[in-house]
Amino acid sequence: MHEMGIAMQIIEIAVASIPADLKNAQIKRVNIKVGKLAAVVPESLHFCFQIAAQDTPLCDAELNIEEIPLKIRCTDCNVEWIAHEPVFICRRCNGGSVKMLSGRELDITSIEVVDEHD
Amino acid sequence: MLEFIYKNQKYFHHKDSQKPHHSHSSVGGSVGGKNRGTREIKIVRKVLDVNDTIAHQNRELFREKGVFVINVMSSPGSGKTAILVKTLSHITPKIRCAVIVGDICTSNDADRLSGFGAPVVQVNTDAFGGDCHLAAHVIKTAVDNFNLDEIDLLIVENIGNLVCPAEFDTGENLRIVVLSVTEGEDKPLKYPLMFRVCDAALLNKIDLLPHLDYDRESAVQNILKVNPQISVFEISAKTEEGFESWISWLTQKIHG
Repeated sequence: MHEMGIAMQIIEIAVASIPADLKNAQIKRVNIKVGKLAAVVPESLHFCFQIAAQDTPLCDAELNIEEIPLKIRCTDCNVEWIAHEPVFICRRCNGGSVKMLSGRELDITSIEVVDEHD
Repeated sequence: MLEFIYKNQKYFHHKDSQKPHHSHSSVGGSVGGKNRGTREIKIVRKVLDVNDTIAHQNRELFREKGVFVINVMSSPGSGKTAILVKTLSHITPKIRCAVIVGDICTSNDADRLSGFGAPVVQVNTDAFGGDCHLAAHVIKTAVDNFNLDEIDLLIVENIGNLVCPAEFDTGENLRIVVLSVTEGEDKPLKYPLMFRVCDAALLNKIDLLPHLDYDRESAVQNILKVNPQISVFEISAKTEEGFESWISWLTQKIHG
Protein backbone atom coordinates (compact mmCIF):
# COMPACT_ATOMS: atom_id res chain seq x y z
CA MET A 1 0.00 0.00 0.00
CA HIS A 2 2.93 2.30 0.59
CA GLU A 3 4.93 1.04 -2.38
CA MET A 4 4.70 4.40 -4.18
CA GLY A 5 6.40 6.15 -1.27
CA ILE A 6 9.05 3.46 -1.17
CA ALA A 7 9.59 3.71 -4.96
CA MET A 8 10.07 7.48 -4.59
CA GLN A 9 12.61 6.97 -1.79
CA ILE A 10 14.53 4.47 -3.94
CA ILE A 11 14.65 6.95 -6.82
CA GLU A 12 15.75 9.75 -4.54
CA ILE A 13 18.61 7.70 -3.06
CA ALA A 14 19.62 6.39 -6.51
CA VAL A 15 19.70 9.88 -8.08
CA ALA A 16 21.74 11.22 -5.16
CA SER A 17 24.24 8.41 -5.65
CA ILE A 18 25.09 9.13 -9.28
CA PRO A 19 28.76 10.19 -9.31
CA ALA A 20 29.47 13.77 -10.38
CA ASP A 21 31.36 12.68 -13.50
CA LEU A 22 28.36 10.67 -14.70
CA LYS A 23 25.59 13.16 -14.02
CA ASN A 24 24.13 12.86 -17.51
CA ALA A 25 24.58 9.13 -17.76
CA GLN A 26 21.72 6.76 -18.15
CA ILE A 27 20.94 4.53 -15.17
CA LYS A 28 20.39 1.04 -16.41
CA ARG A 29 19.47 -0.84 -13.26
CA VAL A 30 18.77 -0.29 -9.56
CA ASN A 31 19.48 -3.27 -7.32
CA ILE A 32 17.55 -3.61 -4.10
CA LYS A 33 17.05 -6.32 -1.47
CA VAL A 34 13.60 -6.98 -0.06
CA GLY A 35 13.19 -9.35 2.87
CA LYS A 36 10.41 -11.91 2.86
CA LEU A 37 8.91 -10.32 5.97
CA ALA A 38 9.12 -6.72 4.72
CA ALA A 39 5.69 -5.27 4.13
CA VAL A 40 6.39 -4.76 0.44
CA VAL A 41 4.80 -6.45 -2.55
CA PRO A 42 7.47 -6.72 -5.29
CA GLU A 43 4.90 -6.54 -8.14
CA SER A 44 3.43 -3.33 -6.73
CA LEU A 45 6.87 -1.89 -6.20
CA HIS A 46 7.80 -2.60 -9.85
CA PHE A 47 4.60 -0.93 -10.99
CA CYS A 48 5.09 2.15 -8.78
CA PHE A 49 8.77 2.41 -9.70
CA GLN A 50 7.91 2.62 -13.40
CA ILE A 51 5.52 5.49 -12.76
CA ALA A 52 7.69 7.35 -10.24
CA ALA A 53 10.80 7.05 -12.44
CA GLN A 54 9.24 9.01 -15.31
CA ASP A 55 11.08 12.29 -15.97
CA THR A 56 13.99 11.24 -13.75
CA PRO A 57 17.44 9.87 -14.72
CA LEU A 58 15.94 6.47 -13.90
CA CYS A 59 13.21 6.63 -16.54
CA ASP A 60 14.65 3.67 -18.45
CA ALA A 61 16.07 1.85 -15.43
CA GLU A 62 15.09 -1.63 -14.43
CA LEU A 63 14.33 -2.28 -10.77
CA ASN A 64 16.03 -5.54 -9.83
CA ILE A 65 14.59 -6.96 -6.62
CA GLU A 66 16.50 -9.66 -4.78
CA GLU A 67 14.12 -11.36 -2.38
CA ILE A 68 15.82 -12.34 0.88
CA PRO A 69 14.51 -15.37 2.73
CA LEU A 70 13.33 -15.34 6.32
CA LYS A 71 16.22 -16.91 8.21
CA ILE A 72 15.87 -17.65 11.91
CA ARG A 73 18.26 -18.87 14.61
CA CYS A 74 17.25 -20.36 17.93
CA THR A 75 19.28 -18.66 20.64
CA ASP A 76 18.84 -21.67 22.94
CA CYS A 77 19.94 -24.56 20.73
CA ASN A 78 21.57 -22.55 17.91
CA VAL A 79 19.77 -24.31 15.08
CA GLU A 80 19.27 -22.12 12.00
CA TRP A 81 16.60 -22.50 9.37
CA ILE A 82 14.85 -20.77 6.48
CA ALA A 83 11.22 -20.26 7.44
CA HIS A 84 8.56 -20.52 4.76
CA GLU A 85 5.86 -19.62 7.25
CA PRO A 86 6.00 -16.76 9.76
CA VAL A 87 6.43 -19.07 12.74
CA PHE A 88 9.13 -17.99 15.18
CA ILE A 89 9.22 -21.11 17.32
CA CYS A 90 12.32 -23.31 17.21
CA ARG A 91 11.74 -26.32 14.98
CA ARG A 92 14.11 -28.42 17.09
CA CYS A 93 13.62 -27.47 20.77
CA ASN A 94 10.23 -25.71 20.45
CA GLY A 95 11.64 -22.67 22.27
CA GLY A 96 10.46 -19.13 21.59
CA SER A 97 13.78 -17.43 22.01
CA VAL A 98 14.75 -16.86 18.40
CA LYS A 99 16.61 -14.27 16.40
CA MET A 100 15.74 -13.17 12.89
CA LEU A 101 18.95 -13.30 10.84
CA SER A 102 17.40 -12.04 7.61
CA GLY A 103 14.03 -11.25 6.14
CA ARG A 104 13.42 -7.62 7.16
CA GLU A 105 15.64 -6.04 4.48
CA LEU A 106 14.52 -3.08 2.45
CA ASP A 107 17.90 -1.93 1.20
CA ILE A 108 19.17 -0.32 -1.95
CA THR A 109 22.47 -2.01 -2.75
CA SER A 110 23.71 -0.48 -6.00
CA ILE A 111 22.94 1.29 -9.23
CA GLU A 112 24.33 0.35 -12.63
CA VAL A 113 25.15 3.27 -14.90
CA VAL A 114 25.93 3.13 -18.62
CA ASP A 115 29.55 4.24 -18.88
CA GLU A 116 30.19 6.05 -22.16
CA HIS A 117 33.94 6.03 -21.47
CA ASP A 118 34.28 2.24 -21.59
CA MET B 1 -0.93 16.51 1.58
CA LEU B 2 -1.46 16.21 5.30
CA GLU B 3 -3.92 17.98 7.47
CA PHE B 4 -3.53 18.45 11.19
CA ILE B 5 -6.61 19.11 13.30
CA TYR B 6 -6.02 20.02 16.91
CA LYS B 7 -8.38 19.38 19.80
CA ASN B 8 -8.28 20.63 23.38
CA GLN B 9 -5.92 23.39 22.52
CA LYS B 10 -5.66 26.35 20.23
CA TYR B 11 -7.41 25.29 17.04
CA PHE B 12 -4.87 24.71 14.41
CA HIS B 13 -5.38 23.69 10.83
CA HIS B 14 -2.70 23.73 8.22
CA LYS B 15 -1.32 21.81 5.35
CA ASP B 16 1.85 19.88 5.84
CA SER B 17 4.77 22.12 5.07
CA GLN B 18 7.40 20.10 6.84
CA LYS B 19 7.89 17.05 4.74
CA PRO B 20 11.51 16.11 5.19
CA HIS B 21 14.01 17.48 2.76
CA HIS B 22 15.87 14.34 2.03
CA SER B 23 19.60 14.32 1.97
CA HIS B 24 21.09 14.52 -1.46
CA SER B 25 24.58 13.68 -0.36
CA SER B 26 26.03 10.72 -2.19
CA VAL B 27 26.46 7.73 0.04
CA GLY B 28 29.05 5.05 -0.44
CA GLY B 29 30.29 5.51 -3.95
CA SER B 30 32.82 2.74 -4.37
CA VAL B 31 32.88 2.16 -8.09
CA GLY B 32 33.40 -1.28 -9.51
CA GLY B 33 32.94 -2.93 -12.87
CA LYS B 34 29.86 -4.97 -13.73
CA ASN B 35 28.99 -5.66 -17.33
CA ARG B 36 31.02 -4.17 -20.13
CA GLY B 37 29.83 -0.62 -20.74
CA THR B 38 28.24 -0.21 -17.33
CA ARG B 39 29.55 0.80 -13.94
CA GLU B 40 28.03 -0.56 -10.78
CA ILE B 41 27.98 1.96 -7.98
CA LYS B 42 27.58 0.37 -4.56
CA ILE B 43 25.23 2.21 -2.26
CA VAL B 44 24.12 -0.06 0.63
CA ARG B 45 21.52 2.11 2.27
CA LYS B 46 18.19 1.41 3.86
CA VAL B 47 15.33 2.64 1.70
CA LEU B 48 13.59 3.97 4.81
CA ASP B 49 16.75 5.67 6.06
CA VAL B 50 15.10 9.08 6.16
CA ASN B 51 12.20 7.78 8.26
CA ASP B 52 14.56 5.89 10.60
CA THR B 53 16.70 8.99 11.11
CA ILE B 54 13.70 11.14 12.05
CA ALA B 55 12.32 8.34 14.28
CA HIS B 56 15.67 8.29 16.08
CA GLN B 57 15.48 12.08 16.58
CA ASN B 58 11.93 11.73 17.90
CA ARG B 59 13.04 8.99 20.31
CA GLU B 60 15.90 11.15 21.60
CA LEU B 61 13.53 14.08 22.12
CA PHE B 62 10.98 11.92 23.97
CA ARG B 63 13.72 10.45 26.17
CA GLU B 64 15.07 13.91 26.99
CA LYS B 65 11.58 15.16 27.88
CA GLY B 66 10.65 12.04 29.83
CA VAL B 67 7.72 11.24 27.54
CA PHE B 68 6.76 7.58 27.13
CA VAL B 69 5.31 6.84 23.68
CA ILE B 70 3.07 4.00 22.51
CA ASN B 71 2.14 3.35 18.89
CA VAL B 72 -1.23 1.61 18.66
CA MET B 73 -1.93 -0.22 15.41
CA SER B 74 -4.62 -2.52 14.02
CA SER B 75 -6.93 -3.10 11.09
CA PRO B 76 -9.82 -0.64 10.69
CA GLY B 77 -12.69 -1.28 13.07
CA SER B 78 -10.90 -3.44 15.64
CA GLY B 79 -11.69 -0.95 18.39
CA LYS B 80 -8.51 1.10 18.81
CA THR B 81 -10.35 4.31 19.60
CA ALA B 82 -12.78 2.61 22.00
CA ILE B 83 -9.82 1.01 23.83
CA LEU B 84 -8.01 4.33 24.04
CA VAL B 85 -11.12 6.14 25.31
CA LYS B 86 -11.40 3.59 28.14
CA THR B 87 -7.64 3.58 28.72
CA LEU B 88 -7.64 7.38 29.06
CA SER B 89 -10.54 7.18 31.50
CA HIS B 90 -8.46 4.83 33.69
CA ILE B 91 -5.11 6.62 33.62
CA THR B 92 -5.90 10.36 33.40
CA PRO B 93 -5.32 12.72 35.11
CA LYS B 94 -2.78 10.75 37.18
CA ILE B 95 -0.77 10.10 34.04
CA ARG B 96 -0.68 13.19 31.86
CA CYS B 97 -1.53 12.06 28.35
CA ALA B 98 -1.55 13.44 24.83
CA VAL B 99 -2.88 11.73 21.73
CA ILE B 100 -1.98 11.84 18.05
CA VAL B 101 -4.64 10.13 16.01
CA GLY B 102 -4.18 9.30 12.36
CA ASP B 103 -6.91 8.77 9.83
CA ILE B 104 -7.17 9.26 6.12
CA CYS B 105 -10.22 11.48 6.63
CA THR B 106 -12.43 12.96 9.37
CA SER B 107 -11.75 14.14 12.90
CA ASN B 108 -14.32 11.74 14.41
CA ASP B 109 -11.73 9.82 16.45
CA ALA B 110 -10.21 13.02 17.84
CA ASP B 111 -13.71 14.10 18.92
CA ARG B 112 -14.20 10.81 20.78
CA LEU B 113 -10.80 11.07 22.48
CA SER B 114 -10.96 14.71 23.46
CA GLY B 115 -13.09 14.39 26.60
CA PHE B 116 -10.31 13.61 29.06
CA GLY B 117 -8.37 16.88 29.21
CA ALA B 118 -5.58 15.38 27.15
CA PRO B 119 -4.57 17.39 24.09
CA VAL B 120 -5.48 15.51 20.91
CA VAL B 121 -4.08 16.07 17.43
CA GLN B 122 -5.91 14.54 14.51
CA VAL B 123 -3.69 13.90 11.49
CA ASN B 124 -5.55 13.46 8.21
CA THR B 125 -3.25 12.05 5.58
CA ASP B 126 -5.47 13.07 2.67
CA ALA B 127 -9.08 12.90 1.67
CA PHE B 128 -8.37 10.95 -1.50
CA GLY B 129 -6.08 7.97 -1.20
CA GLY B 130 -3.83 9.37 1.50
CA ASP B 131 -0.95 7.73 3.29
CA CYS B 132 -1.73 4.40 4.89
CA HIS B 133 0.49 4.93 7.94
CA LEU B 134 1.90 7.66 10.17
CA ALA B 135 5.57 8.18 9.35
CA ALA B 136 8.15 9.63 11.73
CA HIS B 137 8.10 13.11 10.15
CA VAL B 138 4.34 13.36 10.70
CA ILE B 139 4.79 12.59 14.41
CA LYS B 140 7.63 15.10 14.57
CA THR B 141 5.44 17.83 13.12
CA ALA B 142 2.45 16.93 15.30
CA VAL B 143 4.40 16.94 18.60
CA ASP B 144 5.68 20.44 17.83
CA ASN B 145 2.27 21.58 19.04
CA PHE B 146 2.41 19.87 22.45
CA ASN B 147 4.26 21.05 25.50
CA LEU B 148 6.22 17.85 26.06
CA ASP B 149 7.25 18.99 29.54
CA GLU B 150 3.63 18.52 30.59
CA ILE B 151 3.16 15.04 29.10
CA ASP B 152 4.00 11.64 30.60
CA LEU B 153 2.42 9.44 27.94
CA LEU B 154 2.00 10.15 24.25
CA ILE B 155 -0.41 7.79 22.54
CA VAL B 156 -0.15 7.47 18.77
CA GLU B 157 -3.27 5.92 17.29
CA ASN B 158 -2.04 4.88 13.87
CA ILE B 159 -4.09 4.59 10.71
CA GLY B 160 -6.18 1.42 10.57
CA ASN B 161 -4.00 -0.95 8.57
CA LEU B 162 -2.21 -4.16 9.54
CA VAL B 163 0.48 -3.83 6.87
CA CYS B 164 2.21 -0.50 6.38
CA PRO B 165 2.43 1.01 9.89
CA ALA B 166 4.52 -2.00 10.96
CA GLU B 167 7.28 -0.90 8.60
CA PHE B 168 7.54 2.69 9.86
CA ASP B 169 9.25 3.47 13.15
CA THR B 170 7.87 6.68 14.66
CA GLY B 171 10.18 6.86 17.68
CA GLU B 172 7.86 5.07 20.11
CA ASN B 173 8.86 3.04 23.19
CA LEU B 174 6.23 0.36 22.71
CA ARG B 175 4.16 -0.93 19.84
CA ILE B 176 0.70 -2.30 20.54
CA VAL B 177 -1.42 -4.24 18.07
CA VAL B 178 -5.17 -4.65 18.50
CA LEU B 179 -6.94 -7.68 17.03
CA SER B 180 -10.65 -8.15 17.54
CA VAL B 181 -12.56 -11.40 17.74
CA THR B 182 -14.66 -10.40 14.74
CA GLU B 183 -11.55 -10.76 12.58
CA GLY B 184 -10.09 -14.15 11.65
CA GLU B 185 -8.03 -16.19 14.11
CA ASP B 186 -5.32 -16.48 11.46
CA LYS B 187 -4.71 -12.73 11.07
CA PRO B 188 -1.35 -12.93 12.89
CA LEU B 189 -0.13 -15.45 10.28
CA LYS B 190 -1.48 -13.31 7.44
CA TYR B 191 0.11 -10.10 8.73
CA PRO B 192 3.18 -11.47 10.53
CA LEU B 193 5.35 -8.35 10.45
CA MET B 194 2.80 -6.40 12.49
CA PHE B 195 2.61 -9.04 15.20
CA ARG B 196 6.37 -9.60 15.08
CA VAL B 197 7.27 -5.95 15.73
CA CYS B 198 4.77 -5.37 18.56
CA ASP B 199 5.33 -5.65 22.31
CA ALA B 200 1.71 -6.30 23.25
CA ALA B 201 -1.37 -7.62 21.52
CA LEU B 202 -4.86 -6.70 22.71
CA LEU B 203 -7.50 -9.24 21.70
CA ASN B 204 -10.56 -7.00 21.81
CA LYS B 205 -14.36 -7.42 21.77
CA ILE B 206 -14.30 -10.60 23.87
CA ASP B 207 -17.79 -9.66 25.10
CA LEU B 208 -18.98 -10.85 21.64
CA LEU B 209 -17.54 -14.36 22.02
CA PRO B 210 -20.83 -16.00 23.06
CA HIS B 211 -22.30 -14.91 19.71
CA LEU B 212 -19.40 -16.02 17.52
CA ASP B 213 -17.76 -19.24 16.36
CA TYR B 214 -14.39 -17.85 17.29
CA ASP B 215 -11.51 -20.01 18.43
CA ARG B 216 -9.92 -17.67 20.94
CA GLU B 217 -7.24 -20.22 21.88
CA SER B 218 -6.18 -20.55 18.25
CA ALA B 219 -6.01 -16.74 17.85
CA VAL B 220 -3.72 -16.42 20.87
CA GLN B 221 -1.57 -19.35 19.69
CA ASN B 222 -1.18 -17.73 16.27
CA ILE B 223 -0.08 -14.47 17.88
CA LEU B 224 2.49 -16.37 19.96
CA LYS B 225 3.74 -18.37 16.97
CA VAL B 226 4.74 -15.15 15.25
CA ASN B 227 6.02 -13.53 18.42
CA PRO B 228 6.60 -15.80 21.43
CA GLN B 229 7.74 -12.79 23.53
CA ILE B 230 4.62 -10.65 23.01
CA SER B 231 2.27 -9.91 25.95
CA VAL B 232 -1.32 -10.82 25.11
CA PHE B 233 -4.33 -9.25 26.83
CA GLU B 234 -7.87 -10.44 26.16
CA ILE B 235 -10.12 -7.44 26.69
CA SER B 236 -13.44 -5.83 25.95
CA ALA B 237 -13.47 -2.06 25.48
CA LYS B 238 -17.26 -2.24 25.99
CA THR B 239 -17.42 -4.08 29.33
CA GLU B 240 -13.80 -3.31 30.39
CA GLU B 241 -13.20 -7.00 31.05
CA GLY B 242 -9.45 -7.61 31.12
CA PHE B 243 -8.66 -3.91 31.50
CA GLU B 244 -7.10 -4.33 34.92
CA SER B 245 -4.22 -6.40 33.54
CA TRP B 246 -3.76 -4.20 30.47
CA ILE B 247 -3.73 -0.95 32.46
CA SER B 248 -1.46 -2.42 35.10
CA TRP B 249 0.99 -3.67 32.43
CA LEU B 250 0.95 -0.30 30.65
CA THR B 251 1.48 1.77 33.80
CA GLN B 252 4.33 -0.51 34.88
CA LYS B 253 5.99 0.05 31.51
CA ILE B 254 5.52 3.82 31.77
CA HIS B 255 7.02 3.96 35.24
CA GLY B 256 9.52 1.18 34.50
